[in-house]
Amino acid sequence: MERQSRSEVVFKVFAVGLVVIFSLMAFYPVFYSFSASISGKAAYETGQVILLPKDVTFQVYKLIYQDKGLWISFVNTLFYTLFGTAWSMFVSVTGAYALSRQRLLFRRQLNFLVVFTMWFSAGMVPLYLNYINMGVANRWGIIVAFGVQAFNIILLRSFFQAIPKEIEEAALIDGANEFQLLTDIYIPMSKAALATVTLFYATTRWNGYFWARILLTNPMELPLQVYMRILIENYQKMFDDMPINLPYAEDSYIFAVLVCSIIPVLIIYPYIQRHFARGVNLGGVKG
Amino acid sequence: MAEHRYEEKNDAEQNRFLKYTVTILSDYRLYLLLLPIIIWYGLWFYKPLAGLLIAFKNYQPNLGVWESDFVGFANFGSLVSGTWAPQFWRAFRNTFVISLYGFIFGFPIPILLAIFFSEITRNGLRGITQTFSYLPHFLSEVTITGLVLTLLYNGEVTTGVIAQFLINLGVISETTKIMQNAEYFRPVFIMTGIWKEAGYSSIVYFAAIMAISPVLYEALKVDGGNKLQEIRFVTFPGMAPTLIIMIVLRIGNMLSVGYERVILLYNANTYETADVLSTFVFRIGLEGGNQSIGAAAGMFEALIGFALVVGANFISREISDSSLW
Repeated sequence: MERQSRSEVVFKVFAVGLVVIFSLMAFYPVFYSFSASISGKAAYETGQVILLPKDVTFQVYKLIYQDKGLWISFVNTLFYTLFGTAWSMFVSVTGAYALSRQRLLFRRQLNFLVVFTMWFSAGMVPLYLNYINMGVANRWGIIVAFGVQAFNIILLRSFFQAIPKEIEEAALIDGANEFQLLTDIYIPMSKAALATVTLFYATTRWNGYFWARILLTNPMELPLQVYMRILIENYQKMFDDMPINLPYAEDSYIFAVLVCSIIPVLIIYPYIQRHFARGVNLGGVKG
Repeated sequence: MAEHRYEEKNDAEQNRFLKYTVTILSDYRLYLLLLPIIIWYGLWFYKPLAGLLIAFKNYQPNLGVWESDFVGFANFGSLVSGTWAPQFWRAFRNTFVISLYGFIFGFPIPILLAIFFSEITRNGLRGITQTFSYLPHFLSEVTITGLVLTLLYNGEVTTGVIAQFLINLGVISETTKIMQNAEYFRPVFIMTGIWKEAGYSSIVYFAAIMAISPVLYEALKVDGGNKLQEIRFVTFPGMAPTLIIMIVLRIGNMLSVGYERVILLYNANTYETADVLSTFVFRIGLEGGNQSIGAAAGMFEALIGFALVVGANFISREISDSSLW
C-alpha cells in the first residue's frame, strides 16, 4: 500500500512538472515579445531582456500608431474576416442543409464530390491560373473565391442530420417550406455547431496569408498578415546590410507589430477556447 | 427491331430527364439551397481540375490553356529524369524526411501531454496550463514564423534571446546564423510545429482519456497495479480507437508538410534541406513562371497524396471498423 501511493506521488509530481514547463515554454515567446517591445534600446541590445521588460518605454507603440499602412491592413483584415466568414457560412450552411436532405436527387454522388475536395487538389498552378482568369485577384475575390472547407460542411451536415425528424414534421404540418425549415428550425437548433464552424472560418480568414500575398497587387488591399510579413522581410534585409542608428532597438518594432497581431487573438481567446474544444470533439464523433 | 429498341431506350431516357425536371421544379426551394455550394465548388475546385491539362502541355501564357502545344508526358519526364530531376527529387526526399521526423518527434508529444494533463487534479492549474499550451495554435503562421525568425536571429547588433541561449549553452557558435544554415532547418521547423500544435492536438486524446470509466482504474488499483501499469493497461487501451484514427489521418497527410510555414522560414541557403514538393511547385511553377512543370509536379504530389489517403482509409477499415468516409 505504501509503495503504491509513493509511485503515484512520484508520477504526479513528474507529470505536473513537465506540463507546467511545457505550457510556460509555449507561452514564453508571446510574453517575451511584449517585454522586448517595451524595453529600452541599450537594455535590449546588451541582452538584458530575458523575461521582464527593462527601462520601460512605449515609443515603438507611438510609431506603430503613426504607421498608416498597418492601420489600413488591420481594417482590411477586419473586412475580410467579417465578410469572408459570412460568405463561407452562407455557402456551407445552405450546402450542408441541402446535402442532409434524404430526398435530394443524386445525394450520395454530390456528397462524394464534396468529400473528394479534401483528398485531392488541382494544385497551386492551375488554381492560380484559374483565379487570374476569373478576375478574382482583388478585394472581393479574396472573400468570394476562398475559405469554404469540406470538413466544416460535413460537420454541419452530420449535425443537421442528428436533429430529430419529429420536430421537422410538426413544422411541415404547420405549412413551413424548405427555407423556413432551415431558418426557423435547423439553424436555431444547431447554434453550438454553427458557432464552432464560424470560429473555424474566422480564424482561418484572420490568419490567411499565402493567397492574399500572391494575388493582391494593390497595396491598399493588403491584409494584416501580408503587411506584417513585408515588414519582417524588410527588417531582416535592413539588418544584414546596414545597421542604422534608431532611438529604439530595431527588434522592438517587429516585436511590437507581432504583439499587435496577437492581442486581438488574446481578446477573443477565452471564447474561442470553449468552442474549439467542442469542435474537435464534434469532429471526433464523426470519425 | 434494333431501331425499335433504340427508340424505347431514348424514350426511357427522356422520361427520366422529364421526371428529374419535374422533381426539381416542384421542389425548387431545396435545389436553390444547393445552388451556392455547387457553383462554389464548380468554379474554385472542379474548374481548376481541367486546368491540370497544362501538365501535359507546354503552357504559354499568351496562348492560354487550350491553344498551347500538347507535349504528352514530357513535363513528367523532365521532372523524373531530366532538367528538373535534381531539384525535384530533392524536394521529394525532403517532403518525406520532414514528414517522418515530424511524425516521430511530433506524434507522441500530444499523447504524453494529454496523459499528464489528466494527472492534474486541480482544475485551476489544469485550466491555466491548457490555456497556455493551446494558444500558439491560434496565432497565424506569419506571427509564429516572425517570432521564430526574430528569436533565432544572430546579427551584428542584436542577437535573439533563444539564439543567445543556444550560444551560451555551446550548441551553436557565436557566428552561426541558424536560419541561414541548412543543417538547422529541419529541427527548427519540427520544433516550431511542436510548439504551435502539440498543445492543441492533445485535446482529442485528453477527451478520450476523460471518457474512460474510473471504475477501470479502481479495479486495477484493487489488484495492486502501479501507475505505469495503469497507463499501460487502462489508459492506452482506452485511447486506442482515437490513436488509430489519428495515425491513419497522419499517414493520409504524409505529403502535406505545411508549405506556408516552409515558405515563411526557408531561403536560398536552406533549400537543400527545406524545399518540399509544394514549395518546389510554388517556386518553379509560380515564381519562376514554368507553369507546366509546376502543374506536373503538383499533379504528381496530389496523386501520391490521394493514394495515401485511400490506402490509409482502407487500413483503418480493416483494423478498426472506423473509416474516414
